[in-house]
Amino acid sequence: MQMADTPYQFPDASGHFGPYGGIFVAETLMPALAELREAYAACQNDPAFVAEFEYELKHYVGRPSPIYHAKRWSELLGGAQIYLKREDLNHTGAHKVNNCIGQAMVARRMGKPRVIAETGAGQHGVATATVAARYGMECVVYMGSEDVKRQAANVYRMKLLGATVVPVESGSKTLKDALNEAMRDWVTNVADTFYIIGTVAGPHPYPMMVRDFQSVIGKECLVQMPDMVGRQPDYVIACVGGGSNAMGIFHPYIGVPGVRLVGVEAAGDGLDTGRHSASLTAGRPGVLHGNRTYLLQDEDGQIIETHSVSAGLDYPGVGPEHAWLKDTARAEYVGITDAEALEAFHKLCRLEGIIPALESSHALAYAAKLAPSLPKDKILLVNLSGRGDKDMHTVAERSGIQF
Amino acid sequence: MSRIQTVFQRLQADGRKALIPFVTAGFPAPALTLPLMNALVEGGADILELGVPFSDPMADGPTIQRASERALAQGMSLRKVLETVRAFRAANADTPVVLMGYANPIEAMGQERFVAAAHEAGVDGVLVVDYPPEECVSFAATAKAGGLDPIFLLAPTSGEQRFADVARAGSGYIYYVSLKGVTGSAKLDVDEVARRIPEIRAAVGMPVGVGFGIRDAESAQRIGAVADAVVIGSRIIEEIENNPGDEVARVRDFMRPIRAALDALATGRGVQA
Repeated sequence: MQMADTPYQFPDASGHFGPYGGIFVAETLMPALAELREAYAACQNDPAFVAEFEYELKHYVGRPSPIYHAKRWSELLGGAQIYLKREDLNHTGAHKVNNCIGQAMVARRMGKPRVIAETGAGQHGVATATVAARYGMECVVYMGSEDVKRQAANVYRMKLLGATVVPVESGSKTLKDALNEAMRDWVTNVADTFYIIGTVAGPHPYPMMVRDFQSVIGKECLVQMPDMVGRQPDYVIACVGGGSNAMGIFHPYIGVPGVRLVGVEAAGDGLDTGRHSASLTAGRPGVLHGNRTYLLQDEDGQIIETHSVSAGLDYPGVGPEHAWLKDTARAEYVGITDAEALEAFHKLCRLEGIIPALESSHALAYAAKLAPSLPKDKILLVNLSGRGDKDMHTVAERSGIQF
Repeated sequence: MSRIQTVFQRLQADGRKALIPFVTAGFPAPALTLPLMNALVEGGADILELGVPFSDPMADGPTIQRASERALAQGMSLRKVLETVRAFRAANADTPVVLMGYANPIEAMGQERFVAAAHEAGVDGVLVVDYPPEECVSFAATAKAGGLDPIFLLAPTSGEQRFADVARAGSGYIYYVSLKGVTGSAKLDVDEVARRIPEIRAAVGMPVGVGFGIRDAESAQRIGAVADAVVIGSRIIEEIENNPGDEVARVRDFMRPIRAALDALATGRGVQA
């Protein structure tokens, strides 16, 4: 569908990526979203905003993040060379902070003193709490009560940073329910509250805005790869839950010919077991959380509970732009199981001295599968979206170790 | 003329206001939905809003969320809601039924299949919370062509452009959400509602119902004095929740004083709250 001679320009003015995206919310939120669209458009066109964002990314986050050649691991695999985009070295330990700074800056320009967020594993909640502390804003984070139990350390981090963490008891008590509750807060307190969504999902303009803020990842790669190896990579590989780190590295590469984009979803216990989070691979289109996209749902259209060893990928939907990239075949999407992700996690620890997040371990596992089938001069660029300190407990438990 | 339009014309001729109760289908149990619908009619309902339970009811407060979860846990589905309406319609040819819910169960069934099946079952209108006018141009057209009134929400935050949008896309009546927030919230600013209703009615050219925050005869009467219809939802769900085993009679009894308070407006008599 995407012609070589027409530049990629999505979403359209009404927030659609082909049939996906859009603004599927109750009337009470429509004016708030219109206000946000206007405010964001004004920020995009304001050189002072852009300069401040770049300053914050450099001096507060520590960008640009380096690209690292995982030489030992590549040699062991015996095929293509694996390069890692080190988002794990950002302040707060993941890519999430790029977007939080951008949205908090928009909130400040709109005069909203209070920010809210939803979080699953707690990474987006921590990043939001961090930025709220940095700007002196009130911060409330909604988190499923099951996740509060599983991620006690991140809950404490958010509290240290001055945020209020609200456990959500409804539904499956996980990320999607936290998102529902954050939406309810926003509907009720829309006059003074800005909702910082953590991924490239939700009603327009969120998928576009989050993608734009995260695109710094891919823009840096476009410059760094030629500097480092004299050319662009053959493959760009990233994990996909909601899909923000993947959109961030994919988007600047969409118009670059010859670069294959691969999104890696969580296949959990295996796609045939029904216990997974692979919306694009195993779901079908529907409407949830303000946008039309691929969803994991039963035949009556009820959203089903998902599973992944990595809480950050444990979500029944996916950003609408990924749905569009899948349908137009500009990107391809594959699944990696819990077991495969854990194996890659351990490999990276032992061979490269890097402890990756379990989310990113899915992208690493696919690279490890792909590399041996390719010649040694091929280049795989993997987005190492976060560090794995937060996952110590999960990995130890899986290995039968008690602290 | 649709059943909904017929009801509003008849009421208008009598100077009366419509009473529109809401129940979640399948709550507290699928077998109780039909008896509850009949009890609401006996209690004085003019139109019934039947909630189609959804796993992720973003615009609802805790009361309706809980009701939806319990209904789903007992196997309620859009198909079964339609079966219930068909059973209701077999004994009641006049009281309009409006389905209220979220987009995804309709998308899963397919919009055209849904409209055909709902019309065939005896459904009169459909209010899809997360289909604003701009996202359902074709659905609204399909619904109208298939004999269903597409009903839209307006909110205190809606401006004149929104009035025009829903006037174009909708039919039947407009549901004005009387406060910010989710269903079941407590704050209700009657003066604000009174100020907005005449301009909305003039702009949309349809009857305007008001809901969110109406909990008893007194608040219903105050809203009824300015609106064409009064919608009561969370309060009825609470009545069901708090009276296990006696839901049907209690819901009927809950409705009666509200009906009387609204009818007192027509005869010019006040009512003691």
